[in-house]
Amino acid sequence: MTLHPIPELQAGGLQLAYDQRIVVDDLDVKVPPGRITAIVGANACGKSTLLRALARLLAPRKGAVQLDGRALHSIPSRELARQLGILPQGPVAPEGLTVLDLVTRGRSPHQTWWRQWSKADEVAVHDALAATGIADLAGRAVDELSGGQRQRAWIAMAVAQGTPVLLLDEPTTYLDLAHQIDVLDLIHDLNRNEGRTIVMVLHDLNQACRYADHVIAMKNGRIVAEGDPADVITAANVEEVFDLRCQVTTDPVSGTPLVIPMGRHHTA
Amino acid sequence: MVTKTVEPKSGAHFRLGVVPLSGRLRPRLITVCAALAVATFLVVAWSVSLGDFPITFTEAMRAVVGIGDPGTLLIVQELRLPRAVVGVLVGFSFGLSGAIFQTMTRNPLASPDMIGFTQGAGLAVVAGIVLGWTGSVSTQILGLAGTFVMAVLVYLLAWRRGTTGYRIILVGIGLQWMALSATDYLIARGMQFQAHAALGWLTGNLNGRDWSQALPLAITMAVLVPAALTLGRLTRTLQLGDDVAIGLGTRVQSVRLALLVTGVGLVAFGTAAGGPIAFVALAGPQIAQRLAGTAWPPPLAAGLTGALFVVGSDFAAARLFPMELPVGIVTGVLGAPILLWLLIRANRAGSGG
Repeated sequence: MTLHPIPELQAGGLQLAYDQRIVVDDLDVKVPPGRITAIVGANACGKSTLLRALARLLAPRKGAVQLDGRALHSIPSRELARQLGILPQGPVAPEGLTVLDLVTRGRSPHQTWWRQWSKADEVAVHDALAATGIADLAGRAVDELSGGQRQRAWIAMAVAQGTPVLLLDEPTTYLDLAHQIDVLDLIHDLNRNEGRTIVMVLHDLNQACRYADHVIAMKNGRIVAEGDPADVITAANVEEVFDLRCQVTTDPVSGTPLVIPMGRHHTA
Repeated sequence: MVTKTVEPKSGAHFRLGVVPLSGRLRPRLITVCAALAVATFLVVAWSVSLGDFPITFTEAMRAVVGIGDPGTLLIVQELRLPRAVVGVLVGFSFGLSGAIFQTMTRNPLASPDMIGFTQGAGLAVVAGIVLGWTGSVSTQILGLAGTFVMAVLVYLLAWRRGTTGYRIILVGIGLQWMALSATDYLIARGMQFQAHAALGWLTGNLNGRDWSQALPLAITMAVLVPAALTLGRLTRTLQLGDDVAIGLGTRVQSVRLALLVTGVGLVAFGTAAGGPIAFVALAGPQIAQRLAGTAWPPPLAAGLTGALFVVGSDFAAARLFPMELPVGIVTGVLGAPILLWLLIRANRAGSGG
């Protein structure tokens, strides 16, 4: 599948708020096209809020998110849904819905009243099931799957949508370590094989360093540092972002930064 | 140039070569819909064959579709058919409306008779009877007005930067109890004959229905049923939650408002014609979902289930008991065991409902 040209996602002068509470103010961000970006930060730092705004799930109070220079809210919703996909945190499928039905629904923005199962739909669904390794689960109910399989099914839905830009909100939450790595490997493949732009919110700094090409570290609704993981994930930055003293060494497997937290009871 | 293949990856589907028409097929759903339609027709024919003037079952079937001698046609089409037709239309609109609300809110409890709309109609009609408005305004108009006012109230009170299914249910249940209390108050202070008339309407009743009740409902349904079935396609993303639906290009608030208007229209005109027949809007979609083996209430099958449910119950109410009962009593008595049986069976099979 070719997804070129990859559109550019960026935002300027963003103010994001829930009711009266301003979470993010005057933020500028540019997502590197065709790369994997991880947004990291402490709880309530505004990282999920920023992702929701990038995904047009939250309308900015000031400023705008732009895709190839066009404000998101000015792009017709179905056209936008063919460019920009979002997998929210902890989605829930109706009881008894099969994996095939779920993945097929990812094709909605490509379908019309009369054309509901084109050859392209069939190929995209087939490829998405194959890419996520769940082709043999197609007939199973989503709610009966294990957590890892379920997350793969949802990612397959987002893959079938066929968007060149894919946003994921904490895709590894609630998964055990093996399944976390499994899902991140899958996301890595989606980026490397098809050149999709990926933006994801991650909690684990070491995983962010390993899997992301670009890291955005946030605190109190501001971007503290962004860039190559090796430049962003330093002991000083981690202490500023998380109020946590740590040592940063080199991951013996991937050569990326590895954060060793210290806490109150352990000092070097 | 029709290619129809059945393969495990995509399931049954069709794709025309000449025009870009394609879709996925659900053989079980199609079979269930056909069986429900045939069963409804047979029950209608059976019910119009019975009466003071005996008509054979075959004659009745022919007369329903307009074939036969003038005498039989007169008896069937003018005297007996209107009641059965009102039953079919009311049942279909309740079943379809229930499917819309249950899908929209992702909650099987969110049928219009659980979230206050039907109780709004009841309050308006009982107020009309007890306060003596029924001389100038018909119960049909009062029922319509009550449903619409209640629906607008639920929507406005549930609104907070958009609505969610959850909030619609909570606000609806609250308003439902307010309407029920007000209705009880009116019945308590009304005269005995007024209270009797009010309770008769509140049970849901098809006795003495003629074409004047069927026609407004039929015209409304000619518009709202196609609208509802068309909107049904958009609910496939809505079932995955608002965030996922927005991500898939669905304009969630517009679709939800359109669904609400369609569903309220169906239940308002249905209630105006047949009264608040209990349990149909709640159980019809759930029974249809279990018959068809889908993960959501299938709209067409839900409407057909509702239609069969109401004409079957009305037939039982009129024929199986020593005295003629209102249909609303029978729908509760018949519907609850059917739904319970389906739920228990599903739980035993490990795919609980």
